[in-house]
Amino acid sequence: MSAQDSLMVGMWATLRRELTLLWRRKSDSLNPLLFLLMVSSLFPLGVSPAPDVLALLSPGIIWVVALLACLLSTESMFRSDYDDGALELFLLNPQPLYFHILVKVLAHWLLTGIPLAVLSPIIALLLNLPTEAIPILVTSLVLGTAPLVFIGAIGAALTVGLRRGGVLLSLIVLPLYVPVLIFGADAVKRAAEGSPVPGQLAILAAFFMLSFALAPLAAAGALKISVDS
Amino acid sequence: MWAFFHKLGSPKWFYDISGKILLWLAPITAILLLVGAVWGLFYAPPDFKQGNSYRIIYIHVPVAVLSLSGYYIMAIAGAIHLIWKMKLADVAMRCAARLGAGLTFLALFTGAVWGKPTWGTYWVWDARITSELVLLFLYMGIIALYEAYDNKVAASRACAVLALVGTVNIPIIYKSVDWWYSLHQPATIKFTEKSTIDPSMFYPLLIMIVGFYCFYGVAMLLNMRTEVLSSERKTRWVQDIVEKSA
Repeated sequence: MSAQDSLMVGMWATLRRELTLLWRRKSDSLNPLLFLLMVSSLFPLGVSPAPDVLALLSPGIIWVVALLACLLSTESMFRSDYDDGALELFLLNPQPLYFHILVKVLAHWLLTGIPLAVLSPIIALLLNLPTEAIPILVTSLVLGTAPLVFIGAIGAALTVGLRRGGVLLSLIVLPLYVPVLIFGADAVKRAAEGSPVPGQLAILAAFFMLSFALAPLAAAGALKISVDS
Repeated sequence: MWAFFHKLGSPKWFYDISGKILLWLAPITAILLLVGAVWGLFYAPPDFKQGNSYRIIYIHVPVAVLSLSGYYIMAIAGAIHLIWKMKLADVAMRCAARLGAGLTFLALFTGAVWGKPTWGTYWVWDARITSELVLLFLYMGIIALYEAYDNKVAASRACAVLALVGTVNIPIIYKSVDWWYSLHQPATIKFTEKSTIDPSMFYPLLIMIVGFYCFYGVAMLLNMRTEVLSSERKTRWVQDIVEKSA
């Protein structure tokens, strides 16, 4: 078997393993969805239930809450692998760690980012977002949650060896989330005003590809440090 | 060249050479800051629109410039530490993180003080103010990450990775925040075209910027010397220094 074939087999096996694991711990992918639903419903209670106020705020609210949901779900990404020693085996693998992380984060995104995007129209209805903005909301979340999860993976890899990683993870990751939030929320806001948003979506797509290509590199370096310590 | 590079790895050599550098760098810094401050605060003409309140520019701009270049200094030190495992680069990275966080805070603070008489408010969500705030968060994240690790060797390597990730992100953050909203006056000093600031105000500013860079160097060296002394406190040469001064 050539090196390339074995890499494909390894990536495929990792993907199957991750999806199986995530499927067995359904709460890990369901909790972010519940989080999105519950936190979004706090805003009408805390700010104002007036429909026009909600319509104005809803693009930002949905994006911020989806961002936090992604952040919270990434914390556990490497935790169980670290605890049971699977991570060390992956480090010993002859295949580059880069591809392993790429596939792992991809699986994580498929079971947290995509469901968030799928659920978002319901939140949009709750928060009175104009219906013509809903397709853009879903598209922007599909494109935007991937960079969020990939950047979160870097933070998770840096903090996996620490006992109290939770708050620290948000401290180091949130500043890096700023560009994604700006363009994601702006796309939805402009769409709600009825203007076309190809530029914002294109930039989100660029973030998607950039994080896809670069974030696993940083996460791999970070994981090696975490396991060494 | 390589001999110099290897010498840099030796804490004792660094301690000796930095002592000699400080001997002339510290007076130069003091003179530059004094000349710049007196010229800027007393002799530069008052601004046509802002009167005398614009004079805070002589602190605000140098501090803001340094807060950003300090991040790159930190990231470069971090990269050197990751690649060559050089102890001094690690020390430099940590000192740069602390200094940078302080400078960023100062830039925000002086900006707020300046904003009140000029814009009528201490804080606006303007592009450059926001990116400065994000920069402060980036510095804080690195300091918090370092403090969280018990194993300090791993801590500085983790911080170096985070600093490098931040380096990739800073231009993106700046551009996106810039695009998001801009109220701040555009940069007054331009390298490619004519500056929009009058020379009589510009020269003291230039002196202050150079002076602050020297100040940054002095502060870095002093910080690093303290770190080196405390981490090498069990070695012979440090004990010699302590005994000599006692």
